Amino acid sequence: MEERKIRVLVAKPGLDGHDRGAKVVARGLRDAGMEVIYTGLHQTPEQVVEAALQEDVDVVGLSILSGAHMTLVPRIKNLLRENDAEDILLILGGIIPEDDIAELKQNEYVTEVFSPGTPIEEMANFIRDSISNRAR
Amino acid sequence: MEEKLLQGDRRALARLISMVENNEEKKTDVLKKIHAHTGKAYVFGITGSPGSGKSSLVDHLLEHIRKMGLTVGVIAVDPSSPFSGGAILGDRIRMQNHALDPGVFIRSMGSRGTLGGLSKATREAIKILDAFGKDVIFVETVGVGQSEVDVVKYADTTVLVLTPAAGDSVQTIKAGIMEIADLFIVNKSDLPGVDRTVTELKAMLDLDSSGDWKPPIVQTNSLEGKGISDFWEAAQDHRRYLEDSGKLQQRRKDRVRREFIDQVEYLVKSEVWNRIQAEVSMEELVEDLVNRRSDPYSLARELLSRIGLPAEEL
Amino acid sequence: MAGDDYARIKKEEKEWRDRCLSGNQERLDEFTTISDKEVKDLYTPADMEGQDYVNDLGFPGEYPYTRGVYPNMYRGRLWTMRQFSGFGDAYQTNLRYKYLLEQGQTGLSVAFDMPTIMGYDSDHARAEGEVGRCGVAIDSLEDMEVLFDSIPLDKITTSMTINGPAAILWCMYIAAAEKQGISSEKLGGTIQNDILKEYIAQKSWIFPPEPSMRLITDIFEFGNKYVPRWNTISISGYHIREAGSTAIQELAFTLADGFAYVEAGMEAGLDIDSFAPRLSFFFNAHLDFFEEIAKYRAARRIWARRMKEKYKASDPRSWMLRFHTQTAGCSLTAQEPENNIVRTAYEGLSAVLGGTQSLHTNSMDEVLALPTEKAVRIALRTQQIMAHEIGVTNTIDPLAGSYFIEKLTDEMEEGAEEYFERIEELGGVLTAIEEGFFQQEIANASYKYQQQLEGQQKIIVGVNQFTSNEPTDIDILKIDPEIERKQKERVKNLRQNRDSNKVDETLKELKAAAGGTDNIIPYILGAVRVYATEGEIVGALKEVFGEYKEKPLF
Repeated sequence: MEERKIRVLVAKPGLDGHDRGAKVVARGLRDAGMEVIYTGLHQTPEQVVEAALQEDVDVVGLSILSGAHMTLVPRIKNLLRENDAEDILLILGGIIPEDDIAELKQNEYVTEVFSPGTPIEEMANFIRDSISNRAR
Repeated sequence: MEEKLLQGDRRALARLISMVENNEEKKTDVLKKIHAHTGKAYVFGITGSPGSGKSSLVDHLLEHIRKMGLTVGVIAVDPSSPFSGGAILGDRIRMQNHALDPGVFIRSMGSRGTLGGLSKATREAIKILDAFGKDVIFVETVGVGQSEVDVVKYADTTVLVLTPAAGDSVQTIKAGIMEIADLFIVNKSDLPGVDRTVTELKAMLDLDSSGDWKPPIVQTNSLEGKGISDFWEAAQDHRRYLEDSGKLQQRRKDRVRREFIDQVEYLVKSEVWNRIQAEVSMEELVEDLVNRRSDPYSLARELLSRIGLPAEEL
Repeated sequence: MAGDDYARIKKEEKEWRDRCLSGNQERLDEFTTISDKEVKDLYTPADMEGQDYVNDLGFPGEYPYTRGVYPNMYRGRLWTMRQFSGFGDAYQTNLRYKYLLEQGQTGLSVAFDMPTIMGYDSDHARAEGEVGRCGVAIDSLEDMEVLFDSIPLDKITTSMTINGPAAILWCMYIAAAEKQGISSEKLGGTIQNDILKEYIAQKSWIFPPEPSMRLITDIFEFGNKYVPRWNTISISGYHIREAGSTAIQELAFTLADGFAYVEAGMEAGLDIDSFAPRLSFFFNAHLDFFEEIAKYRAARRIWARRMKEKYKASDPRSWMLRFHTQTAGCSLTAQEPENNIVRTAYEGLSAVLGGTQSLHTNSMDEVLALPTEKAVRIALRTQQIMAHEIGVTNTIDPLAGSYFIEKLTDEMEEGAEEYFERIEELGGVLTAIEEGFFQQEIANASYKYQQQLEGQQKIIVGVNQFTSNEPTDIDILKIDPEIERKQKERVKNLRQNRDSNKVDETLKELKAAAGGTDNIIPYILGAVRVYATEGEIVGALKEVFGEYKEKPLF
C-alpha cells in the first residue's frame, strides 16, 4: 500500500531575513498534510538545490522579499535543470512586482507566483493539482 | 537504480529513500539487491527531547568527522502530525552549512504515523545509506513516546541528549531509556544546574549495575562547539568495547534477525489479510460481534480456518 | 470620583443593559482588537476606578510621562517627518533625499541594501542580485560622502536603520561630516543598533550576542563623550510586530529589550544617566486605532516608572521614552494598493494621537516595490495634512480621560507586566532568545492571525472581502541592474586607489582591540577614515567575534 506524502522545500535564498511568510506557509502546508523541510535563512542557490535533491522534494517554494528575485530565481531553476530535476515544481512568494511575475513565468523560471494575501489553501490545492497532473 | 546507488549517485540515493518512505512496490526488489552491500556502516542513534540541541550537536560532529575523512549520512526524524499527517522537518536547518559537502548526505523524515516509534522506512533508509557507502550514519529522533527505546534496536551506539534546563530532570526520564543508552550527553553545559544533572545521572547509573559497560556522561555546549571531541572519543570507546567483547556482532545479528522476523511478519500479515478480505466481508462479521451473536475470539479462529489455517483448540 | 459614585454608575449600567440590550443581536460573536484582545461594547467612568490622575497620568513633560514626553508637545514642535528612504546607489538616493527635503520632510532616514545590512561589499558573491534593491548600497566612506553631498549634516538629523554593522556605518557618517568640516559634537541623529530584536525578529545579525552587546555598550560610551546629541540606539518593536506579534507582545518585548540594554550598559561600568537619556525607541503603528494609542501611552508610563524606581536613574531625561513610529508595512495589500493610502493615514493618526516624536508613513506601493516619487509624496502629504489641517495638534494627548483609552492603557500595561515576569523566570532576555521564547510567541501569533484571515474572522478589505478583479495599475520603481555593475566597479577602484598599507594597519589594530577590552569605536573610525570598506571591517571583526547561527522555531 502506497503512502505517498507531498514533500515541500521552503527556502529563503539570498540575504533577505523576513521569514514570517515562509514560516506561516510551512505550518499551513503541514496542516494540509504535507511534509515541509525549511532550509533556514541566507541560503545560496546551490544550497537550496542540493537540499531539494537530497530530500527528493516534489516542490520548492522560494520566499524572497528583498527584490533580488530576478537573479536568484533563474539561478535556482538553472541549477535544477543542470541536475536533471526540472520536474520539481518551483513556486515563489514575497514582494514581486507584476511585470517580474510575467517575465518569470514566461521564461518558465517558475510555475506560479503567489502574491501577499494568497490563502494557504489555494497554494496547497495548486500544489496537489500540479503534482497529480504530472507523471512522476 | 541499485547500480547507480552503489556507484555513489546521490540522486539515486534520494530516490530510493523516497521509494521506501512511500512503500512503493518496487522497493523490495531494490532492498533485495542491496542487502549484500550492507553491514559496513557504524550507526548512531541520537535521541533526546525537543530543544536539547541534538541537531546542533550532530552539526558539530559532522565537522569533526569529516576532518577525519569519514563520510556521513544523517537521518533526522521529526514527528508527523497525528491530525493532518503532515510534518515540519526542521532539523536540516542546523546542518545546512554541510549541504554542499559531497561527503555528507542529510535526509529529513516524518514519523508518518508510527506514533514516535522508528518507522520501517527509517530502518530501510539506514540500509540504503549503508549500501551507498557511508562510513557513519546518524539517526536523530525526538524523544517522545517510544522512539527512544525503539532507536536502540537499529543503532550500534545509542546516545541520549539531556539538558540541565527545568523539566528535563533526571527523575522524569523514563526508566526504559536509562537502561538502553550507551552514552549520555549533557548539552548546554553552560546553564545552571548542570552539576546536579550529572550527579543525578551518575546516581541512577550506579544503581543499575547490570552489564559491564558503564555509560559515560559527557558535557557539551553545542552553541560554542565544546565537548565535541570528548563526545566522539566516548563513542569510539563504546565501539571498541562492542568490538572487543563481540557485542557488536551480536547486536548486528539481532538487528538482522529482527529485520527478517519483521519481514516475515509483514508478509504473513499482508498475505493473510489479502486472503481474508477475498473471502469475507469484515463489516458483516463486525455486525455479528456488535449484536453479540459471536465473540471476537471464536470469530478470529473461524476466519483463519476459512482460509486454510487451522488453529488448534486449547 | 468617590467610591459611591462608581457603584452608582455600575448599577445604572446594569439597568441600562437590562432595559435596552436584552435580546439584542450583535453583528459578530466577539469584538476584538487585531491582537485578539476583547473589547467591551461600552466603557464608563467605572472603568477608571482606582486610577489617580496625578500619579498615573500626570502632566506632559513630567513623570510618569503618560501624556507625552514634552510639556508642550506639538504646540511647541511638530513630530519630525522622517521618511525611510534609500535605493540604488548613493547618487540616486542623494537625489531622493533632496526631493524629500524640498517637499517638506524635516529629517532624513537611511535605508541600506541587504549586502550593506549584512556586512558584505557590493562585489561579494553573496551580494549578487541584491545591490541597491531594498536600500542604498554603501561600501565605504566614499559612498557616504556622496550620499550626503550638499546636505549640511549640522542642519539636519539623520536616522540610520542599521544593526549588525551599525558601528561601522555610524563611523562613516561621522567621518563624512568631518569632511564637511563638521565636528561630531554637532551631529544629531539615530542609529537603530538594536541587536536583540534582530535575533528575535528582523534577523539581520552578523556576530553572536556577547560581542554584539559589547559593540553596543562601546557605542553608548563613545556617543556620550563625542557625539552627545546622537541617539545611540533605537530599541525597536516595529519589526517584532511585522513578524506577527500582538500589540502587547510588541510592547513587552521591546521594553524588555530596553531594560536588557540598560543592564548591559550598567554592567559595562557606565553610569546610567550617562547613556540612558540617549536611548530611543521605535514602534509600529498598526491598524487597530485605539489599541495602538493605548500602547504608546502604556510604554511611556512603564519605562518611566522602571527607570526611576528599579534602575534608580536620577536624570529625568533617562525616564523619558522618546520614540519614532512607522506605519505597519505588513498591513499593506498588493490588491487595490490605493487603499493603502487610507490605511496609512489612520495608522499615522494613531501615532500622532499617541504622542510620537517622529513618524514615517508608508507609501501605497511598498508591497510591490520601493516607493516611487509620487507615492512617497502622497505619504508625506498625509503627515502634513495631519499636522496642519485636521486640528489634532491643537491640544496635548487629546484622548486622555477617555474611559476606553485609559482602561485599555492599563490593560496593555498589565499584559506587558505579565510578560516581564515570564521573561524573568526564563532567566532574562538573552536566555529567552536562546530558548526561542520570543520567536515561538511571535510564530504562534502570526499563524493564528493567518488562520483567522483564511476563516474570515479577520477582514482585509480588497483581499478576503470586498474584492474587485481589477488589475493593479500603478507605476512601480525599478532598480536598474546597471547600478550593481557600476557599484562593483566603484568599490574595486577604491581598493586600488587608496593607501592599502594604511588600511591593513588599521584593520590589524582593530582586530587587536576587538580581542581586548578597549572601546572599539575609535579603531573602527580609524579604519573608516582610510577608506577600508565595510566588508573588510566586518571581515576583520568576524575573525575575532565569530558569526551567529539561528535556531528557527515555528
